[in-house]
Amino acid sequence: MSAAAADSEALFRYVLRLGDLSLVLGQRLGEWVGHAPALEEDLGLANIALDLIGQARLLLSYAGEIEGRGRSEDDIAYHREQGEYLNPVLAEQPNGDFGQTIVRQVLIDAYQLELYERMAASSDERLAAIAAKSVKETRYHLRYSGSWLVRLGDGTEQSHALAQAALGRLWPYTVELFAEDDLDRAMADGGVAPRLAEVHAAWTVRLDELLGQATLKRPGDRAHSWHGKRGQHSEHLGYILAEMQYLQRAYPGARW
Amino acid sequence: MNTPALNLGNPPAGEDRIALAWQALAQVEDPEIPALKILDLGLIRFVRVHAGVLEIGLSPTYVGCPATEVIRHDVVQALRDAQIGDCVVTSVLSPAWSSDWITAAGRQKLLELGIVPPARAVSKLREVLGAERPSACPLCQSTDTQCISEFGSTPCKALHRCRACLEPFEYFKCI
Repeated sequence: MSAAAADSEALFRYVLRLGDLSLVLGQRLGEWVGHAPALEEDLGLANIALDLIGQARLLLSYAGEIEGRGRSEDDIAYHREQGEYLNPVLAEQPNGDFGQTIVRQVLIDAYQLELYERMAASSDERLAAIAAKSVKETRYHLRYSGSWLVRLGDGTEQSHALAQAALGRLWPYTVELFAEDDLDRAMADGGVAPRLAEVHAAWTVRLDELLGQATLKRPGDRAHSWHGKRGQHSEHLGYILAEMQYLQRAYPGARW
Repeated sequence: MNTPALNLGNPPAGEDRIALAWQALAQVEDPEIPALKILDLGLIRFVRVHAGVLEIGLSPTYVGCPATEVIRHDVVQALRDAQIGDCVVTSVLSPAWSSDWITAAGRQKLLELGIVPPARAVSKLREVLGAERPSACPLCQSTDTQCISEFGSTPCKALHRCRACLEPFEYFKCI
């Protein structure tokens, strides 16, 4: 493989990581439609899902162009197997109760906010544009999820206990967000993406502030063995894809 | 992201064509808030002619907003109806659309519809977190208002309530 082809393969995989995170989380949030505790939350979660799927469309379209094999955003979303999805496994974790959904959302919103703010200065013009656009929306996502985290954590005994339990359950998955591998390093070296250590530091400050307001305790980091960014997923992703991809698998190219 | 160029026969020349395009675009409504035109929202970034093809730069408000597809379709239809030659609609992401680009007329129309227009965007993104709120209730002008939900009937609006007159109202978010 020539150096240029290797670079483009690396960028393709990196853009898939970003796009798949948004797509899988957006799909997860969509499960709340018609089931949220109140109409306002139904709308809130659905609107965040819509933004995330919008981001995914931009990113997966771009991935298809980088790949240069004529695959559209839909081809990439609907015709890849589980092992070809490169989202961190946190995104695919089940919604659980409302508190668990909110905790997962805070963890990822804060990550995307810190990542996109920095990626707006990417050496890759297209990614810079997508990041600058997305960060404006992500701000509102964190405002929503963060204010709910504070209400749940600093709420009743029960809501506090549920939020703390969800935090304990999901925290180990955050390690993968910041575990820098060769691909992350190559992207940072090329100025395409920020250093994950820098994103991690900013994320930690933001999380600590929110957790403090929510009177929740930050769990300790644990060793992890998750590699969604390399296509090794938890048992949950397959079910999401089965539902999301069913129509295009059964009727390839179907349109409406 | 581009709509294929349409072949629409003989176009009028240069400047006229661009002026006619703007006239046609001035008729296109926002699908969610029809009283507003897309020009009120500042969605058209440029109109230019390149190699005989009229190119329209269109920005999405929110990346996942379903209205974007409708607007793109309506823009193409308006230009087709105006019979001003081949045209292509290009999606412009950068710089990202800002609610600051809503015109003074657009802000006035929002207010008349009972939707509070957005605060002016602050230069530092972080400052918006937690700080932003509508200036006053559009019905009774009380400043004693409360956010019910960060997301209203569309991604671009939040739902608020006035604690003086007790009426709910929408706020067009600042992005």
